[in-house]
Parts: sequence; C-alpha cells; structure tokens
Amino acid sequence: MPDFPLWPEQASSVAWQVDALYGLLLALTVLFIVLVFGLVIVFAIKYKRKSDDEIPEQIHGSIPLELAMTIIPLFMAIGVFTLGADVFFRLQRAPADPLEVYVIGKQWMWKLQHESGKREINTLHVPVGQPVRLTMTSEDVLHDFFIPAFRVKKDVVPGRYTTMWFEATKTGEYHLFCAEFCGTQHAYMVGKVIAMEPGDYHDWLQGGPVASMSMAEAGEKQFAQLGCQTCHKAESGGRGPTLVGIFNEPQKLDNGTEVVADSDFLRESILYPNAKILEGYQAIMPAYKGQINDQSLNQLVAYIKSLNEIP
Amino acid sequence: MNAHAVNSGKNYLNETYGLKSWLLTVDHKRIGIMYLITLTGFFILGGIFASLIRIELLTAKGDMFEAETYNRLFTMHGVVMIFFFLIPSIPAVLGNFLLPLMLGTRDVAFPRLNLASYYIYLAGGLFTMLAIVLGGVDTGWTFYTPYSSTYSNSFVALALVGVFINGFSSILTGVNFIVTIHKMRAPGMTWFRLPLFVWAHYATSLLQVLGTPVIAITLLLVTFERIFHIGIFNPRLGGDPVLMQHLFWFYSHPAVYIMILPGFGVISEVIACFSRRRVFGYSFIAFSSLAIAILGFLVWGHHMFVSGQSTYAGMVFSFLTFLVAVPSAIKIFNWAFTMYKGSIQLDSPMLYALGFIGLFTIGGLTGLFLATLGLDVHMHDTYFVVAHFHYVMVGGMVMAFLCGVHFWWPKMTGRMYPESIGKIGVLLIYAGFNLTFLPQFVLGYLGMPRRYSTYPEEFQPLNIMSSAGASVLGLGFGLTILMLLWSLFKGEKASANPYKAKGLEWTDVDTPPITHNYVDIPVVMEEAYAYGPDHHQQTKSGDESSETVKETDVV
Repeated sequence: MPDFPLWPEQASSVAWQVDALYGLLLALTVLFIVLVFGLVIVFAIKYKRKSDDEIPEQIHGSIPLELAMTIIPLFMAIGVFTLGADVFFRLQRAPADPLEVYVIGKQWMWKLQHESGKREINTLHVPVGQPVRLTMTSEDVLHDFFIPAFRVKKDVVPGRYTTMWFEATKTGEYHLFCAEFCGTQHAYMVGKVIAMEPGDYHDWLQGGPVASMSMAEAGEKQFAQLGCQTCHKAESGGRGPTLVGIFNEPQKLDNGTEVVADSDFLRESILYPNAKILEGYQAIMPAYKGQINDQSLNQLVAYIKSLNEIP
Repeated sequence: MNAHAVNSGKNYLNETYGLKSWLLTVDHKRIGIMYLITLTGFFILGGIFASLIRIELLTAKGDMFEAETYNRLFTMHGVVMIFFFLIPSIPAVLGNFLLPLMLGTRDVAFPRLNLASYYIYLAGGLFTMLAIVLGGVDTGWTFYTPYSSTYSNSFVALALVGVFINGFSSILTGVNFIVTIHKMRAPGMTWFRLPLFVWAHYATSLLQVLGTPVIAITLLLVTFERIFHIGIFNPRLGGDPVLMQHLFWFYSHPAVYIMILPGFGVISEVIACFSRRRVFGYSFIAFSSLAIAILGFLVWGHHMFVSGQSTYAGMVFSFLTFLVAVPSAIKIFNWAFTMYKGSIQLDSPMLYALGFIGLFTIGGLTGLFLATLGLDVHMHDTYFVVAHFHYVMVGGMVMAFLCGVHFWWPKMTGRMYPESIGKIGVLLIYAGFNLTFLPQFVLGYLGMPRRYSTYPEEFQPLNIMSSAGASVLGLGFGLTILMLLWSLFKGEKASANPYKAKGLEWTDVDTPPITHNYVDIPVVMEEAYAYGPDHHQQTKSGDESSETVKETDVV
C-alpha cells in the first residue's frame, strides 16, 4: 500500500494555523454542499412532474429569504476574511532577529548563501526552533520559493528583493519547489530543505568547505573596493548619509515622506541612487546598475545590516 | 400575428443553400451556427492537448514528452480553451442565436459588424493556430514577463497577435449586444420582462467592452518589448515584471466572469422551463449579475498575494473577493428555490443545469479557500488552483454551454436529440469530471505545483485517478458530440415548442426560425417565465406549434 497522504507534513510554526483555516473552509464547503445538493435533490424528487400538463403554483420570491441569503453569507465571508488576514499578517512579518539567508533564483537552480558566507545549491539547511528570513531575488525570470511542509511561498522577482520567513519545528527533509513557471526546466527547479537540531546546524555550518569570510565581511571588502566610504562615513557629516544603524529603520526623504531602509530600499538605492533621496542630501551618487551583480549586492546589504550591531 | 400560420416550410437553414450563402450571411442565427462549428473545432483541439497532458502525468517521471513539449502542451491547452472556446462560447453561439429571438426583433443591431466579429475571431484563431503549427508557445496562457517578453524561445509574438486580434471580436460582439438590448426590444418588452439570459448577456457585454482593451494593450506591450526591446516589463530594460501581472489580471479576472455570466443566463432559463416556475427572485438574479460584473473589476490583485504586492493591497483585494461570494450565493439559492413546488422534469438540459449548480457551488466555495489570504500563500500556483479553475470553467461554463446547446438544439436545428443517450452523456461527463478534478484539490494541498511535467512519486496515485477520470470525461464529450451530429440527420423532427417553454423564442417563432425570425413583431404583455395557470390554458392545446395560440394574441 503506497503512502497516501491527504495533507502535507506540519513542520513549521505557522503550519497548524494554515491547516486550521483549511479545516474551517472545508467544513463550510461541506455545509453548503449538503445544503445546496440537499435542496436540489429533495425538490427534484418531491416535485417530480406528475402529468405532462401539470401547472404548478407560481411563487415570485420572498424578500426575507433573499435577505437571509444575502446577509448570512456576507457575515460568514467577513469572518473568514478576518481569520485569513490574521494568519497572513503573521506570515508577512518576521519576528525580531531572524537568521538571514540570501536566495538567488536563476534558470533553473536555487543559489543560497548563509550569513556566515557558506553557500549551497538547491538545498537549504536550517535549524529548528529559530526564525529564518529569506531575502530573495532572481537573475532572470520570475521564480517562486515554495516549501509545502512549512506552508510558505513567495515569488522571487528579478530587479528587486522579496522576503519571506519561517520557523521549522520538526527536523527532517522537505520538498522545495519553484512554483512560478520559469521556462523549460521549471519542473526540475526543485530541491530540499533540511531542518536540523541547532547543534547539528552549527556543526554543519562549520563543516565542509568553510567560507573564507562571512557575507558581511565580503560586503565590507566590496564597500571599500567601490569606494563607498568616501561619502558614507561611520559618523554623520559625509556627502552621503551614514549607513550605521539605518537598516530596517524609517528614513526621511527630501519629499517629506518616510521610507523604511529595508533590503529592497538599499538595493534600489545602490542601483538607482536618484530614485529616492534622503532629506538633506544631494543627488550626486553614481548609479551602480550594471556594475554590480546580485551576489555582491547581497553582500553589501549584509554588510550594511551588520553595521546596526556596532554599538 | 401568428407567425406559424404563414409557415411555408422555409426557414433560415433552407432559405438559401451553398457555402457562399453561409460565409457572407448577416443572419445572426447562421453566424451563431458558424461560431458553434468553429468553437467545437477549438474545443476538440484543446481537449487533445488536455489528453496529452493527462497521459504525461500518469507517471511521476517526465517520460512521455520532453519538458519543452509539455510546457507547450499546457500553454496551448490554456490559450485555445480560454481565448478561443470559453470566452466566446455562450455569447457568440447562443447569445447570437437567441438574443434577437428573445427580444422579439429580426436581427442584432449591427448585422454586418456581427459577421465581421466572426471573421476577426477566425483571423485571431488562425494566427494562433499558425503559432501552434510552427512549434507552439511555452509561456503558460498567462504570458508572464519577463519570460514571455525576453527569455522564451517559442512563437510568443505570433500567439500574442492572435489573442490581440481575437479581443476585437469580443469587444464588437459586446457593443452589438449592448445596443441590441437597449434599442431593439419588441414593444412591451420592458427591462424587467427580459429573460435572465438577456440580463446575463448585458452584464457580460459590459465586461467585454470595458475589460478587453486592457488585455489588448498589455499583450501589445509584451509584443513590443519582445520584438523591439522597449523596456516595460523586463527589469534589465528598466521595466517592472509585476506591472504586467496587474494589467493582465485587470482583464483576466473579469474575463472569468465573461466566461461564467452567460452560463448563469442559460441556467436560469432551463431551470425555469423544467420546473415550470417563474425564476425565484428574478430581480435578485438580474442585479446579482451586474454586481458580479462590477465587483469583478476590483479583485484582480487576488491573483498576486505572493507576488510581492503590499500586504495592505492584498487585504483589500481579499476582502472584495469575499464580497463576490454574496451575489454568487444569491444565484445558487434562487435557482434551488425555483424548483420549490415546481413541476420538475429531469430531461438532459435539466440534468446539465443541476450538474452546473453542484459543480459551480464547489468551484465557488473552493475559490474562497484561495481568497483567504493566509491559506492562499500555501495554495497559490498549486493543483488546488487548477482544480478550482476547472470546476468553475468546465463544471460551470462547459456544463452550462452543453445545457444551452441541448435545450435550444431543437430550435437551432429543427431536430430532437435522443434523450436517453443525452442522459448517458451527462452522467459520463459528470462522473468523469469529478474523478478528474477532485483528486487535484488534494494534490494541491499536498503541495504539487502546477505546470510540472514531473513530480515526486508520492503524488502518483492521485494523478492516476485524475487521468482515469479524464478518459471518462473525454468519452462523455465524444458521445455527446457524436449524438448531436447524428441527430442532425436522423433525429426526430422537433415541434415549435417541444418543452412547452415560455419565452418568445419558443412561443412566437417557428422551429427552425424563418430567416427574419418574425413576420410581425410581437407585442409583449407579460413578464418572463409566465408559467402560471392564467397563462397556460392558451398553450396547453398540444405540441403542434401551428395550433398554438400566442400569449400575446390573447392578453
């Protein structure tokens, strides 16, 4: 007898919440199916035509009934919407201080890099019991990072970062699929996520070919090579804003609006510096579009993020 | 003004003969028949693609076709079925044939434009066919950028041009119907005496006229980026790939309602006839069609919850999507209550209509799973979406189309189909359909992504069930098509009103209708679906149409 599961393993902190929503909607579906099929079948049998010239009594409708079939589904719909939105918020907002992993999708492989600098392809090792945030981009077309056992999925879009997070709760190996059609070998752009005990994860990070430097260190090197520090100094007063302590913090723009300096904002500011100018600064930074690849961008972002930890 | 009294044996089918008399006709009925023939061809072609897909998915490995071939198969299945079968199906065939008959007029407002619409549709179809013959397209029917505009090595531009051209056919048909419904109603045919089929087509036509230009522009922009490298959607050229999704779904979500609303119209007519009851809550059904049409324009972002769209946009789109559930529920319950205390006859069209109610209920409810933000993140782009979409489009729309084709077949062809074989066809289609697509809901929740030619082995048992169901479904469609063809030659001759139905197309028009439908334009004195005893005495004299006294003569 082959394994015949009806739902995937629950291996993340949100999985049970998503499954609870699924159960609720299944119950509502069964309720309505029984109601509608019941009405149709009972009427079809009870009011079967008895003679060819039978003329039934004519009923035009019923306002109370119409109101009931408007208002009851409306309230049910609002209820389900609210519960679904609540779970969505949890899926969208990563807890504080997650482990960061950078993901680059390309036809047809996943390139992953941990903050320590360790890289892997089509396999992602994560510890259980700790939130992990993926910062993702694509080198070519749209992809989508999908881990069914964790009930998480997000499109991976060229030209920008998208992020998603999860917390594995159970050790094991899980499917990783590309869920957005990306060309010929789309169905082969699969891999696995290996959730490990934190100790094992730590050992794994240390084992094998060890990266010569962490992502932040590599980013620091890039930062120096590109000469960024001539304007972006550790203290304020440079020609550009200081990058110390800005990551994920709100920044004021010269048009009076505010923007959070998240990874996507930093990416945009490196590639297209004039898109958004911070208040009190000039549009003098050269654009790095075409000068710098996704890998180096990830390292620069990791470096700028690490500047938050400087006391 | 008894039209039947002057029946000289001439009708729209035998008035003139020869290929030219068909190809150059401006008769809305003949144009409807030409659409029916062409659409059936596309349906069979799309069905062949679907069968090949199901054969590949019998095994977990990608062993039947190359990945490249498989990608082309599902793309062409989608493109052919959606743009060249589902969107035109009911409006172009049944709408064309019936709207003037139901309104009590001799043709649509712009008969020549109507013929032009057909040829535009045909031209679009030929372009897309050319793309298929040359080697096909592999982008998925959604044509997402930058894959479609830059990376794909298939005949994308040709297929896009085909779909672009086809859009004009849809727009012109919509314009034609709107004007016809506004201006060509017979005396006494007030808005609230219109059959619900007409209301549904009115709502559909609005969507066609307002939505189709957006997809036309979008596809043109994709074509420009592909051919001239003008940066619109590809970030390497400074574009935004997600913008294309917004534009695409701004049309393609309403397009789902373009496909399903006319089906609602058919179901209202058929359930009323086979229950001999006025449609329960007539005005609620009429206005719920308009409500769906309006809300349909405001929910496109529910296709993009995981695209990187903002959390708050996602919430607004989710909420508005839930609101669509309300008019849909109103329709379902009103149809069910139409049967209450009716006089119910379970002939083939009625079985199709009841099948529609069941499958559309499941299709609609599973749509709510996908509208639920927290749940859609997991289900997006899995087989759950595929199953939901097919429940609405095949379980809903194709069932409604077949329902209407069976119901009006005697009127269109003058022949009856054999009822017993009709019923076997419905049952095969119903059973085969559920066996095909129910397992896909489970596959989707398990996490099987769509558009995969190969999949992990644990998904195989459910895929085998699905493929087995598809063969039963194919058998049902095949049997039904053969039966209808057979009936053209050997079917029993139909009387003017074999079901004793109400509606001008049954009570005031010959079977098959004469070329200009009415000798004298009828005067309408009563509401639609007047099945009550007051109205019945006059028509119960029997099936013989020539003896039937007209409602309008009596009142």
